[in-house]
Amino acid sequence: MKFGVVIFPGSNCDYDTYYFLKFVLGVETIFLFHKENSLQGADVIILPGGFSYGDYLRTGAIAKFSPIMKEVINFANKGGLVIGICNGFQILCESGLLPGALTKNNTLKFVCYSQNLKVVNNKTFFTNNYQMNEVISMPIAHGEGNYIIDNDGLKDLYDNDQIILKYCDEFGNITQESNPNGSIDNIAGICNKNGNVFGLMPHPERCGEPIFGNTDGIKIFESILNK
Amino acid sequence: MNEIEVTLDLALKHGLTEEEFERVKKFLGRIPNYTELGCYSVMWSEHCSYKNSIALLKTLPRSGGRLLVQAGEENAGLVDIGDGFAVAFKIESHNHPSAVEPYQGAATGVGGILRDIFTMGARPIAALDSLRFGDLKNPKTKFLLNGVVKGIGDYGNCFGVPTVAGEVYFEEAYQDNCLVNAMAVGIVKTNRIAKAVAKGKGNPVFIVGSSTGRDGIHGATFASEELSDETESRRSNVQVGDPFAEKLLLEATLEIIKKDLIVGIQDMGAAGIICSTSEMSARGNSGMRIDLDLVPLREDNMSAYEILLSESQERMLVVGKKGCEEEIKKVFEKWDLQCLKIGEVIENDLLEFYKDGKLEAKLPASSLVLGGGAPVYYREWKEPEYFKQLSSIDLSNLPEIRDLNAALLKLLSSPNITNKNWIYHQYDYTVGTNTVIQPGCDAAVIRIKKTNKAIAVKTDCNGRYVYLNPRRGTMIAVAESARNVACTGAIPIAITNCLNFGNPYDKEIYWQFKEAIEGMKEACIVFDTPVTGGNVSFYNESKNHTVYPTPVIGMLGLIENVIHITSSYFKDEGDLIYLLGETAPEIGGSEFLKEFFNKVEGDIPQINLKFEKHLIDTLISLIQKGFIKSAHDLSDGGLAVAIAECCIMNRKKKIGAEINININFRNDFFLFSESQSRILITVNTHFKNDVEKYLNDANIPFEMIGTVGGGKLKINNLIDLSLEELDDAYFNSFERLMESK
Repeated sequence: MKFGVVIFPGSNCDYDTYYFLKFVLGVETIFLFHKENSLQGADVIILPGGFSYGDYLRTGAIAKFSPIMKEVINFANKGGLVIGICNGFQILCESGLLPGALTKNNTLKFVCYSQNLKVVNNKTFFTNNYQMNEVISMPIAHGEGNYIIDNDGLKDLYDNDQIILKYCDEFGNITQESNPNGSIDNIAGICNKNGNVFGLMPHPERCGEPIFGNTDGIKIFESILNK
Repeated sequence: MNEIEVTLDLALKHGLTEEEFERVKKFLGRIPNYTELGCYSVMWSEHCSYKNSIALLKTLPRSGGRLLVQAGEENAGLVDIGDGFAVAFKIESHNHPSAVEPYQGAATGVGGILRDIFTMGARPIAALDSLRFGDLKNPKTKFLLNGVVKGIGDYGNCFGVPTVAGEVYFEEAYQDNCLVNAMAVGIVKTNRIAKAVAKGKGNPVFIVGSSTGRDGIHGATFASEELSDETESRRSNVQVGDPFAEKLLLEATLEIIKKDLIVGIQDMGAAGIICSTSEMSARGNSGMRIDLDLVPLREDNMSAYEILLSESQERMLVVGKKGCEEEIKKVFEKWDLQCLKIGEVIENDLLEFYKDGKLEAKLPASSLVLGGGAPVYYREWKEPEYFKQLSSIDLSNLPEIRDLNAALLKLLSSPNITNKNWIYHQYDYTVGTNTVIQPGCDAAVIRIKKTNKAIAVKTDCNGRYVYLNPRRGTMIAVAESARNVACTGAIPIAITNCLNFGNPYDKEIYWQFKEAIEGMKEACIVFDTPVTGGNVSFYNESKNHTVYPTPVIGMLGLIENVIHITSSYFKDEGDLIYLLGETAPEIGGSEFLKEFFNKVEGDIPQINLKFEKHLIDTLISLIQKGFIKSAHDLSDGGLAVAIAECCIMNRKKKIGAEINININFRNDFFLFSESQSRILITVNTHFKNDVEKYLNDANIPFEMIGTVGGGKLKINNLIDLSLEELDDAYFNSFERLMESK
């Protein structure tokens, strides 16, 4: 299986993700520059974190017009696996591959720390290696992670089992205090209806090595390799 | 354009002295025109020329060891860490811009220091910030702090460098003149180091990155004056940052260096084009012919004077290899950046700037720069009266503080000691996937990918100590930063410094400066940590306040094997707690004295540098032998604060401790004394004998003071507090202070 990590101008987790996949997991991984028109045969596409185009406008709003995104959208519509991490999640929402939108944190502050998460759906390509309702933790680092969606859209997410990760406390309680950004229903990660496109605010690539005292992120990628 | 007549009066208005104006005339053999006057004015400002500090700075140990370049030779210091890698690092001030416009002032401070790192070919892997503000209860302080933190965060987060450590102090002395010192650390393969040099006749000179506007003209001069009521009107002297452009510039810069397309490259920071053209030329004993019409501008009708002096951000000057022009352009095109050839290198020591076909300025490059024609002054000094008076005050008769539980909680909540998570949670400190030890601990630890190594970095300076005793206070700053990195398992290898002082023309201020340099020199020699460079910031004063002399030390430590990385907090039930070093009733200048008696006085703690070095070496050996589970430096707030921190620092796994320690003087003084050269370690009982034998053999005074475990911190019959009480005081106080009206 071959992973492709997209580099937008302003991506800054591109190498982190590449390093994790290639040198920690040992899977074939390539970079895909945003000006390119081909996915070069990659089986899984990752839109990494960062500040594409500086995110001076809405986050992800310009990145969706990059030439590579046309290919990514086609690929996703044909059922190809796509993961958007942080800024990548924002780009997926802007591109219409995922419903809803990510807005400024309700605290109006950037937020960075290790956040507890609950795996509320483990029957996906991306989470099948976790236990149902498993409490894990991952680093978060974002200024605009406040996920919003209208009522019908939210109902759809629940009806189709599209919500994958929720912010929680250390015991797995979904509480207001454990919500770092005001996200509706503590949503931290969702997938599309077909289950092949996954967006999440936390950074699994930052918690995949024992040296960081947390390897909870590995299972996302192991789940994909299990597919 | 140059009809403005240049007179002595005009030169004085440009900040030059009469003597300096004469010097300019001598170099040129004529009266400079207006543009040339501007060039000398910024290049000979304190900020660019170090004219009042360089003579003393040269007395510091500035070479040897692992240094690959001498201090001042390049944009930043460069230290060999083995395995074919070097670390570039440097600290720089952005005090005055931040005092006027905290958000952009701090943001561009970060941007500037990052450029210094990546122009050497190094990819930034960590940023640190050393900050000083006035009283936190003052609304102005909150305004400044909010702006500075947001500025640092927005810039670093977008650029993608983890902001991993630093320090923040609050003292009235910084009320009008906050200090914002930004440090950056980068990693480079030793065969890919770039130089800030221009040479080779006919080699093309490019300006790359952002367009040039009128922002920041005379920023360097602005930084070289005291702040006054007029300063508020100086906002246009503050530059505006664009971290996205900087990120692209980083990638493009590293790519042209990797492809070996260039001769030299330098950041355009203070004093803009005139600074980078003159410094690069002077280093290569050459000159440049530049056509200013080719510089991309973002405003109309800019004069040669304005173009040369503009401090617009995110720009670089690149000297390419002849024949590589197209390839260089292609790289910048890939990253959607401008790259324009504006001139070429010439053989003579001469800078020629043309505009509209007219020669607007013609100056010997070397005459402008530090180490060349820039003036060097030896200022007079005088020991201030306060020095002997304050340091001889006897503190032994202060009323004893008896409620030590309340006292400890008060200290854990004090703005200077309490955890600054409110700040560092706004910084992305995990991007780059290298941060092993995160903010809030003794020092940050960054692993080096593709090696077994890691580096530890920390900034330190206790301004109160340096004020009360500049020489010893600076020794302590070096010692504490060395101890900090050693507690993580790192061998201290080199420092960078940021010297924040008042007006150097004031003899008493200059005495502080001279004393600080001498203290630093002594300490750096003993610790074998040469000074790789840094920055001097004078004139940090206003009508009402002069800042405490604040020579911030940025320490770099090396961990040869990541398995030796050690954290500061207690780990497991039953582990033995040892205190290394000796405790004396030293509360002069302490946080305890300030917090409970509102005094900044007394004799500051003693420091025996040789003992400190020996202690550090011993600690590192113990760590490398695998005997130690945790190590924590004792500093502000003394023993009680340090033990409390060890109990709660790992918030997900807090653990108590029961301490029984021999106390041979006043309880309050003992618990909160800031005696130097002390470290708390924990040891598995299994290694008890090994550790004690090793410490005995090494002649290190130590005491086994207790064991880890339980849900409380108990110290003799003096302190008995729950972990929740400690946690709340330590982790929630800063937010409460920031959010209180």
